[in-house]
Amino acid sequence: MKEPKQMSVSAIQNGTVIDHVPAMYLFKVIQILGLDRIDNQITFGTNLESKKLGRKAIIKISGVYFEDEDINRIALVAPDAKLNIIRDYEVVEKKVVVVPDTITGIAKCMNPKCITNYEQVTTKFKVVSRKNVALKCHYCEKITNQENLLII
Amino acid sequence: MQILSNFDLCQSGQINSPMIMKNRSLVSIDDFTTEEILKILDLTVEFEKEPTQWLLEGKVVATLFFEPSTRTRLSFESAINRLGGKIIGFSDAANSSVSKGETLNDTIRTVNNYCDLIVMRHPIEGSARFASEIATVPIINAGDGANQHPSQTLLDLYSIRKTQGTLENLNIFMVGDLKYGRTVHSLMMAMSRWKATFNFISPEELRMPDEFKLYLDNLGLKYYEHNDFTDIISKADIIYMTRVQKERFSDPIEYEKVKNVYVLRDSMLKNTKPNMRILHPLPRVNEIHTDVDSNPKAYYFEQALNGVYTRQAILCSLLGIK
Repeated sequence: MKEPKQMSVSAIQNGTVIDHVPAMYLFKVIQILGLDRIDNQITFGTNLESKKLGRKAIIKISGVYFEDEDINRIALVAPDAKLNIIRDYEVVEKKVVVVPDTITGIAKCMNPKCITNYEQVTTKFKVVSRKNVALKCHYCEKITNQENLLII
Repeated sequence: MQILSNFDLCQSGQINSPMIMKNRSLVSIDDFTTEEILKILDLTVEFEKEPTQWLLEGKVVATLFFEPSTRTRLSFESAINRLGGKIIGFSDAANSSVSKGETLNDTIRTVNNYCDLIVMRHPIEGSARFASEIATVPIINAGDGANQHPSQTLLDLYSIRKTQGTLENLNIFMVGDLKYGRTVHSLMMAMSRWKATFNFISPEELRMPDEFKLYLDNLGLKYYEHNDFTDIISKADIIYMTRVQKERFSDPIEYEKVKNVYVLRDSMLKNTKPNMRILHPLPRVNEIHTDVDSNPKAYYFEQALNGVYTRQAILCSLLGIK
């Protein structure tokens, strides 16, 4: 009997593992973190079973460590994401994401009359509530809440 | 990137010298600290005493009105003329390159080269903030859709302080369209700095939105809601009237039911306080009966005049002239 082939992606020597990403937002997380534009080895799995999320995704990035400020940018789409920082195959640190004070260029303003929906303007929001996410548009000053939140 | 207004920064002590208004834009009333607002009101007193001062000689001010406005534009242009400045601009987007498809970004970048300050009204919300980030000259927001109209708020504050002698602890009644009216929202937020009590009188459909009530709740300020005028107005220091507009109602029958409920008449003013004054951002249609006009408590036309002095003070402050 043949031995099942071991996936070569199962562990990384050095880098970051992002776990508990909602499966539907996997590619959005990749885009927000700019992982589609780097040369490092990246592997991901998606539609994995998760008791909490239903279906989750996991991303393993070799040789990359993120600043908190960068990683918190995914908080809107993956608020439950957990990071494992790997050095020499060992998890040396675990991190959770935190919704930052401001959100730039990730969310769409829900106000159809906002300038950001008319001209080439990067959206900017002040986070006015973290628990039930509520974002105040820097331009039109209207509130976009979780129900109306659209990721660009 | 932090997105904090100067008001936030001053509150948190991150700006030590808040009084430098030169070369800043006025997009939202929250851009200015309480101290800065009071400085503009004090400067307005000077212009009321002496309206014609040649302080903008040699300066060019662009008035870009992407949507029609008679009152605000004429008030700004009167203020600029009384200061000896020159005006360029347009009063209708149809007469500008916008009709050729030019973006706001390009219009602002271009006009920025021709003038020392831009006064702008635009139907799109947030357009003035966007313009202020592109332009190197100050921008005065003369109304961006339903969002902000800070020069109106400043002239309202001036009118209130002038008639009441103070801004502290006043009982402010707001009447009419409290849902969509940007002037009432801005004024309410501004007056909350001086611990006002608010009474809101409006039809059910046009009540003050929850986000503004929450704002008052968080500050621990009192407010009361009413469906119609009652004797309660005898407690008012200021009655701020607004127009209930037909187009705001989804059901025309609802409009017909309420259109005459929010009409202020001279006979209703008998028991009001002697210091009480009636304000209205104008234009008025029928919400203040013309029989109120001769009552000394009617203040709306003087309020419009105060607008010219207030705008003189704003122009000079942002250009660093006074």
